[in-house]
Amino acid sequence: MSIVEVGEDLRARNNTRPGTAGPLLEVDDLHTHFETARGIVRAVEGISFTVNRGEVVAIVGESGSGKSVTALSIMRLLPRLTGKIPKGRILFDGQSLLDLDDEQMRKIRGRDMSMIFQEPMTSLNPILTIGLQIMEPLQIHLGMTDKEAKARAVELLQLVGITDPERRLDQYPHQFSGGMRQRVMIAIGLACNPKLIIADEPTTALDVTIQAQILELMKNLSRKLNIALIIITHNLGVVARYADRVIVMYAARVAEQGAADAVFHRPRHPYTLGLLRSVPRLDRPRGSKLETIEGLPPNLALGSSGCRFAPRCPYRIAICDQEQPLFPTDTGGFSRCHRHTEIASGKIIWAAAGGAGLNFAANTEAPVLSVRNLTKFFSVKGGLRGAGGTVRAVQDVSFDIYPGETLGLVGESGCGKTTVGRLILRLEEPTGGEIHFEGVNLSTASPAELKAMRRKVQVIFQDPYSSLNPRMTVGQIIGEPLHVYKIVNGHKQGEARVAELLENVGLRREMAERYPHQLSGGQRQRVGIARALAMEPSFIVCDEAVSALDVSIQGQIINLLEELQRKYRLAYLFIAHDLAVVRHISARVIVMYFGRIMEVADRDVIYGESLHPYTKVLLDAAPVPDPTIEKKREPRLIKGELPSHLAPPTGCVFNTRCPLASQECREVIPKLEEKRPGHFAACIKI
Amino acid sequence: MLRYTINRILLTIPTLLGVAMLVFFMLRIIPGDIVEVKLRGDGGAVTQETIEMERHRLGLDKPIMVQFKDWMVGVVTFDYGISMWTERPVMEEVAVRLELSLEVAILATIIALLFAIPLGTMAALYRDTWVDYLMRVVTIGGISIPAFWFGMLIMLGLLAAFNWLPPITFTPIYVDPVANLTQLIWPAAAVGYRYCAVTARMIRSSLLEVMSEDYIRTARAKGVFEKLVISRHALRNALLPAITVIGLEFTFLIGGLVVTEQVFNLNGIGQLFVQSVTRNDFTLIQGMVMLIAAFYVFVNLAIDLLYAVFDPRIRYT
Repeated sequence: MSIVEVGEDLRARNNTRPGTAGPLLEVDDLHTHFETARGIVRAVEGISFTVNRGEVVAIVGESGSGKSVTALSIMRLLPRLTGKIPKGRILFDGQSLLDLDDEQMRKIRGRDMSMIFQEPMTSLNPILTIGLQIMEPLQIHLGMTDKEAKARAVELLQLVGITDPERRLDQYPHQFSGGMRQRVMIAIGLACNPKLIIADEPTTALDVTIQAQILELMKNLSRKLNIALIIITHNLGVVARYADRVIVMYAARVAEQGAADAVFHRPRHPYTLGLLRSVPRLDRPRGSKLETIEGLPPNLALGSSGCRFAPRCPYRIAICDQEQPLFPTDTGGFSRCHRHTEIASGKIIWAAAGGAGLNFAANTEAPVLSVRNLTKFFSVKGGLRGAGGTVRAVQDVSFDIYPGETLGLVGESGCGKTTVGRLILRLEEPTGGEIHFEGVNLSTASPAELKAMRRKVQVIFQDPYSSLNPRMTVGQIIGEPLHVYKIVNGHKQGEARVAELLENVGLRREMAERYPHQLSGGQRQRVGIARALAMEPSFIVCDEAVSALDVSIQGQIINLLEELQRKYRLAYLFIAHDLAVVRHISARVIVMYFGRIMEVADRDVIYGESLHPYTKVLLDAAPVPDPTIEKKREPRLIKGELPSHLAPPTGCVFNTRCPLASQECREVIPKLEEKRPGHFAACIKI
Repeated sequence: MLRYTINRILLTIPTLLGVAMLVFFMLRIIPGDIVEVKLRGDGGAVTQETIEMERHRLGLDKPIMVQFKDWMVGVVTFDYGISMWTERPVMEEVAVRLELSLEVAILATIIALLFAIPLGTMAALYRDTWVDYLMRVVTIGGISIPAFWFGMLIMLGLLAAFNWLPPITFTPIYVDPVANLTQLIWPAAAVGYRYCAVTARMIRSSLLEVMSEDYIRTARAKGVFEKLVISRHALRNALLPAITVIGLEFTFLIGGLVVTEQVFNLNGIGQLFVQSVTRNDFTLIQGMVMLIAAFYVFVNLAIDLLYAVFDPRIRYT
């Protein structure tokens, strides 16, 4: 029996209710509130939408827009004590979910409707076998015997592309990689052949090549088994590639909804317009400056009247102070904007912010930082008699960075890009190779020279939430290094300098009194930047500096970084996994894989005429926010996963996943060679 | 897993040898002499000669390194010598009391777990309701009330209610279980209260943590019965940290119940310990310290192995 037949067979077995006509899911005027110590947070306010059978619907929005809460409300998985649904109606397959009692709801969850969560690393129970976790819903909902459930679990694992399923059933989650765990989660979601799967940021925690594998799998399964899919994401590229319809959420409400093509090509809400323009894109020439949506999303604990987006909207007019309904638009969708007709007629277009020139450094000067054959091995301890090994985190990495230049460093997790940053910052001792900063060899530098270097080299970290001390005020955080390095004399001068720095990064000087938890993510990242600037550095390592931020905020921070670079002639090493962001900000780009440099070239060369097969695969896997382009192109799916660091591949590190790999690739370690002027690649096939 | 177990077992050997060395030398540093305590204890006059003879008989006049060698050989061959005071083999002296102390400890553990798991679970599930508050009051009581005092309350209660007191003579459980339990259940309850309180609080806090984990949400999203979510998905994870607490409390009960034993008139390890220390009975002290150290080491080993049984992440690394 084929998988599809099994699915139909199962459906016939568990379909006790007659199938009803009409949409599968109807959410009508849903309100969800959280009762917190600081008052009621209105996380969802009057959301309405429908999902048809077998349809893929995407809910897009920034953090706090209410998209996950909507999903949890549908599943009725809100926190019991604080989460409340005071108003609204959810019709699923003809049943009103909000009228069901807990037991009736339990029978629907996992059987007719299942959910896949964001964090595959923590969403599976660590002490239960994969097999048990997949078999659980089968036995509970369908009353299968152990034997039947096991057979079905094997089938499901095959379906989601896990090899050797019988053996893997007895394994535990920690024996699976992140991508594999997400496949297991999908298998659990599919187990009882549901009518609807809700996937909440299913690939956000995964690398771009794995993301493509997982999304492709979900889409194919949804088509094959006629399962409706709600994908919740902040990634517009993912939406463009996989969704039939799109719902854009902003501040607890639907801003716009419609067919994917319409929303992307003919947006009818200023927020959608802004959102689409503020993402750096791989498929368009790089603009001089990212257009951004200024300001911050509103605080949902404070009630407000009128359009939620009005404070940030460039087309705000008097009528925007009044509540507005969802207007049907000319594209067949809905927009919550009074001026949607003006947008439709082209009277309003998003005003492009004026840009400045590009930051191409003239490479005639001496490099500010020069790295030669940098290598870092970590030894891993085994048991008592040591089955340990060596992890070759970074091998033979060389590059130069010139004053005022941004060098991008891209790669997937585990490729060694963060270790390179830490080695430059001297947070790790290199195993081999040399780092020269402004002509000084750091491994032979005197303590005084090192101290001077530590001042000149600064870092901006990824997570603005955990890298600021929660018990210090913003003023203290920024001021501390000023006093340590005696850059200022006395308290007064210090305060003045802190105020100046805050204004430099676009924050008001009163912010100095606040504590980090009182700031938003973007504001915290600005504080991190101000702290780095306090030392008057010449070089800053930006380690995933914008990856934790929402799209509209990310654009603001990127623009700030570029502005500061021009002003102070800063050199950046911009470490990131997001290809589009790196493309936007960098002059030159290094692509790393498994501890080695694969390719180095000028930005436009890397993105336009890349040579290395890994770079090509990486660029192919990243979806761009344009449904027409996305639906046309067949993804070149990279097979397999990152090899184990304890058993590295012989020869070229990429040979296990490379489409061009031959026997020779397994024997020879390719050298980084200049294939064209200024364009280096490590591959023997070019 | 097998290698892990063997490694852990082999590691106990150097630990125990280290304890043996430490005990021997530390005892010799403490001033005082069993012979003098023994012979002059009643205030009678004793000649120097008698003392010397007695010292010779007990082997205390040998050079210290020779004594040390004898002791270490004894440790390795499980021969702990003869009590310097009662003249009976140390093993024999200890064995009589160990049976009682071990039984009290095991009974207390059973009582503690019987109450702690449901108490802790209910408190976590009904967090910040009257159930939780009541549990917190009860457990704070357990932690702050000394076991011996609670023991005295039990005795008084029994006396007042039934005009009855538990028997004083120890009957092994395999001889007469009823007589045995009527004697030992009361001290076990007295110390079990504290034990239960500590464990229940541990279970409550770790269950609260587990209940907010992502995999609990996953289990609910699968439509797993709420009871099963708690017993299979949550409680098994939450009990892991509690195992450590249970182990440590258990070892404390062997030899740590000096006053409680007094209250219930029990001839246990705790009392023997105090007696042997006041008498400077070197051989007996050494033997008992070794015994208790061995208990600590093996209970800890058992905890480690139990962890590996319950937590696959440890098993495979």
